Amino acid sequence: MSSITSLTLESRPTELRTAGRLRLAWKWLRTHPGVTFGLAILLFWMVGTLIAPAVISYDPLAPNINDSLAAPGIAHIWGADKLGRDIFTRVLYGTRISLPAGIIAVLASLFIGTAIGAVAGYMGGWGDELLMRVTDIFLAFPSIILAMAIAAALGPSITNAILTIAIVAWPNYARVTRGLVLSVKQNEYVEASRAIGASHFRILFRTILPNCLGPLIVLATIDLGNAILLFAGLSFLGLGPAPEVPEWGRLIADGIQYSDQWWVSAFPGLAIFSSVMALNFIGDGLRDVLDPRTRRR
Amino acid sequence: MCYYQVMPLYLYIVRRAILTVPLLIGITLIAFIIAHIVPADPITANLGQRAMSDPTIVAAFKAQWGLDKPLPTQYLIYVGNLLQGNLGTSIRTKRPVLDDLKAYLPATLELATTSTFLGVGLGLLLGVVSAVERGKLIDFIARFVSLIGISAPVFWMATLSLAIFYVGLRIVPGLGRLDTSIVAPPAVTGLLTVDSLLSGRWDAFTNAIGHLILPSLVLGSYSMGLITRVTRSSMLETLEQDYIRTARSKGLREQMVRRRHALRNALIPVVTVIGLSYGTLLSGAVLTETIFAWPGLGRYAYQSSTTLDFPAIMGVSLVIALIFIIINLIVDVLYYLVDPRIQAH
Repeated sequence: MSSITSLTLESRPTELRTAGRLRLAWKWLRTHPGVTFGLAILLFWMVGTLIAPAVISYDPLAPNINDSLAAPGIAHIWGADKLGRDIFTRVLYGTRISLPAGIIAVLASLFIGTAIGAVAGYMGGWGDELLMRVTDIFLAFPSIILAMAIAAALGPSITNAILTIAIVAWPNYARVTRGLVLSVKQNEYVEASRAIGASHFRILFRTILPNCLGPLIVLATIDLGNAILLFAGLSFLGLGPAPEVPEWGRLIADGIQYSDQWWVSAFPGLAIFSSVMALNFIGDGLRDVLDPRTRRR
Repeated sequence: MCYYQVMPLYLYIVRRAILTVPLLIGITLIAFIIAHIVPADPITANLGQRAMSDPTIVAAFKAQWGLDKPLPTQYLIYVGNLLQGNLGTSIRTKRPVLDDLKAYLPATLELATTSTFLGVGLGLLLGVVSAVERGKLIDFIARFVSLIGISAPVFWMATLSLAIFYVGLRIVPGLGRLDTSIVAPPAVTGLLTVDSLLSGRWDAFTNAIGHLILPSLVLGSYSMGLITRVTRSSMLETLEQDYIRTARSKGLREQMVRRRHALRNALIPVVTVIGLSYGTLLSGAVLTETIFAWPGLGRYAYQSSTTLDFPAIMGVSLVIALIFIIINLIVDVLYYLVDPRIQAH
């Protein structure tokens, strides 16, 4: 009885909601071991790169010729490259470039694609037709080829590589957002919003888009993996950061001429592979919660 | 019992082909715009430093591409030149870009086609098996293999597979399309496997196949992974439909139910993915061809971009975008054949 009387209208429901959410999140993690596994991998790379300067004595850039092409062992768990630099250290520092580059590229393409797709789906008619045809044109260019053309025009750099990925990735978001807006638009609450005199801007960005977020988050999570792959591919080809920068794709390229010293390119690839796999796991788990229509079995 | 009119196949193809015209215009427009945001002088970018010193070449180039005219006119001249097959001259090879593309296209077609067949074939097989055997060991293995396909960087797999199967185990022949000791068969189609069969050169055929296996497996791995996943989930969904229960309850054998009723319907979303993954395949071809020293469009594109061979890279972009459009047209036709709902209008 006392517990009921102590209920105050303001505090109790929020507490319940937080506790309920935490329990839901916990239940979700327990029923989706893949998500836990994926989060663990990503955390490993992110925490690893942050604490690396404190716990690892190797310098990612300074050469140490005595250890040139040293095989994996106690001194260098993933071996050393041509200049004797510890490969694990370089891969760990590489996280600082590869992950943020992918995240920025995905956020940029999400922003452009969502805006274009939302406006197209909401407007309908000739505006929709025009925007979607433009989207189709961008989809027709295979990503690396367009990226190489842009890089050849603008010159290779991290910024240009990110820009390039955003340019090739947004059409996907535009298509998905348009489809979502078309279906959410049919709901009665959108009609209600219009009835109370909300502006088009408000209806689209405050009423419709928040209801499209779930599937977009799932898409962006999985697409982050693709962005990391594309960024690594571009820098592997020399269209990304400068040669001396420890970036995952670049590190694989470093090892390509040493076919007997397989570790030089094998281990950096593990970093890319594990992160992309982690994002796929997390995306699949998120889809079960956020995108019930396309639930994976 | 037919309540709808069926659109004949040829009419459908014609309609879809007409729809690609604005797409082609858009692609040339983008290529044109990229060509004009080059910070460097377009004449230097297109002719290279050496030709720049010759005023007659510069004047001829300006006249041919109408560089002293306003931009819209320049675009029309550009399209006119394209329609005549004039893609400019490569700075690196000093040959017309169109001739270069013709020389490198067959190698890419051979590689991409083999990869597609391997990727689609293995993907469908793994997807169906893992859906039917859901929850068993084979399902687990199939899902893990498909995860590797979509998560591992293609250039990493290329490098590793070369180190393992060529340098280490020596069970595949090395780089390129043929061993240097083997004389290439007379060129008819440009596809070495077909040409060697046409000329009855068994040695060249087996050697070409040996060279083809590793790069096409590597290149097809992404399609394989994607198609496995889509086939599996689509098949699982289909197996739960009411008409499958109906088919079973009328006493059809399980084999028959899966093949005639489930697989056919499950294939519809898979066809879309096959088309989409072809774009990834063409991008992957750049990386795979570069590592395997495969003399195709991808390697040509890479060499052109590193030497800032601007006309060449624009030529490759256009040709690959064109291939992509044609593939999507084919996919649409397949879609039409697989999904009877599209035939109604």
